[in-house]
Amino acid sequence: MADELERPEETSETHEHEDPGAHLPPPTIWPFAFAGAVALILVGLIVSTWAAVVGIVLAVIFGFLWIRDVTRDVRAAPEPEPVVAPPPLTVEEGEVGEPERYPRSKFLEGATLGLGAVIGGIVTVPALGFAVAPAFVGQEDPDVDLGPMDSYPEGEWRITTFTADPEKGDVTRRTAYIRYNGLLNEVPSYTIISNRCVHLGCPTQPQGPPGEEQTVETSVAPVTLIPTQPSGFGCPCHGGAYDTEGNRTAGPPVRALDRYEYSIINGSLWLGELYSVGEVEGEGADAVAVRYPATDPGVHVDGFEQVLYPITP
Amino acid sequence: MARTKSNRRQQLEHVALVPVDWLEERSGFVGAIKYFLFRKVPHDTNWFHTLGSATLTAFIVQTVTGVILAFYYKPSPNEAYDSIQMITNDLTLGWLVRGMHRWGASVFIILLFLHMGRVFLFGAYKYPRELNWLLGVLLLVLAMLEGFTGYLLPWDQTAYWATVVGINLNATAPFLGPFIADFLRGGQEIGTNTLSIFYSMHMLLIPGGLIALITLHVYLVIRLGVSSPPWSSDPAGMERTEVVTAKRGLVEPRPRGNGAAADEVVRRQPEP
Repeated sequence: MADELERPEETSETHEHEDPGAHLPPPTIWPFAFAGAVALILVGLIVSTWAAVVGIVLAVIFGFLWIRDVTRDVRAAPEPEPVVAPPPLTVEEGEVGEPERYPRSKFLEGATLGLGAVIGGIVTVPALGFAVAPAFVGQEDPDVDLGPMDSYPEGEWRITTFTADPEKGDVTRRTAYIRYNGLLNEVPSYTIISNRCVHLGCPTQPQGPPGEEQTVETSVAPVTLIPTQPSGFGCPCHGGAYDTEGNRTAGPPVRALDRYEYSIINGSLWLGELYSVGEVEGEGADAVAVRYPATDPGVHVDGFEQVLYPITP
Repeated sequence: MARTKSNRRQQLEHVALVPVDWLEERSGFVGAIKYFLFRKVPHDTNWFHTLGSATLTAFIVQTVTGVILAFYYKPSPNEAYDSIQMITNDLTLGWLVRGMHRWGASVFIILLFLHMGRVFLFGAYKYPRELNWLLGVLLLVLAMLEGFTGYLLPWDQTAYWATVVGINLNATAPFLGPFIADFLRGGQEIGTNTLSIFYSMHMLLIPGGLIALITLHVYLVIRLGVSSPPWSSDPAGMERTEVVTAKRGLVEPRPRGNGAAADEVVRRQPEP
């Protein structure tokens, strides 16, 4: 290897014409085909799953051909000298027969690096944990008192705006659509739908004229109620539309509107945890849906696409 | 007459040069600056070659105005909007500095793209400058993140809902999306933590990365030289060379047969 290398001044003439593109991969058409296959995948994701599958297969094939082309020289070249960096502790290998030496300088070098790594880890790991973990731990909102049950007459919608966590203040003001469905098996039934659009999280609007706003004092924080009789809910941002059960009727949303659990405590309606549903069947008190953990807007909870989100926080 | 002037000039030059020499002897800064300012460039560089420095200037303007805005901005949900109103309406020239930062952000992004277009169309991303193109792509990503995080800080309706949509767009990314969204929000909903997280990223984290990458980017420009336009008679870059360093062990370079230094660049012998 060393014999191939010479100082620059000893080879003053240029060599690029004699050895053109020694390190350039040979020209190949496959990147273009690969890009086409990727485009087919993207189009297929919108238009047809089968087109996407075909695109994936083509991308794998063309990608393989591309790699095969660009590595042809390397694979055809004679066995190159291995360029593995010698491990630090065996650099001082002696001549044949001589015992392996382990000088103090090597030990000190390794000890310094190792100690430095340990110290760095002791500092970095907790810092990183603090940077990331609070976003995922202890995020539950407390239950919210929404006022006495008779603030919600049977069969009528109320646009209810409440403070999810009074300690955090107005930044946690949220809105839900609440309808009392009457008794089901002698237990009060409510439909409580979050107003957060499940496309990208804009606030949906009820599609119907709003009535007069009223404020209800509760044991936690005041709640604002606006009566309305909507034909459905619509999102102003990108045109998502839902019926009164929260099922998507038009636009880009990927599932039905999220819902809230609820409980009755001392004659008051209390809001519980938020949860996601795929699709709601039936209406009012008879509505049936599969319950999923609350997920971000735009995340599929059912159907083929849920494989894209195997775990969610 | 001329002689006295010459004497006086000599004295003046001496007075000026003593501190410069003092600095140069102890740091080498003067030589480095001279090397930077008076390095050779192709004879037919043109105005398009100034887009990179223009982008850097825009970034410096953003840094300076951003630091000044941070004197008065309060990144908490209850105070952010009011502090922006105070900066804009009450503080002397606050409207100007905020405006420079607000519009300068767009200028920065536009210049980035123009600079990238110049590099692409001139073929200046080719050997030996591929690495600098990659650094530039990272710079572009970080600059876009600056725009995204900075957009929330006015804490008005536009800022709030644009960020809601932006974070939820991240959430729709497969596999890791929901985790990225929760990290950005500091929880499942935009709340008290979101604003300070975005403020910290906008003020500290991303600018730190940008400054580090810009330093590397400019270092490579100086090391590799400015590329000539495609129509130039000057060569576009260095001749292809082979670097010895990569062929040696990084831990303890050993001299090869010809005793070449470890970082020496030598040309490959032509194949017979």
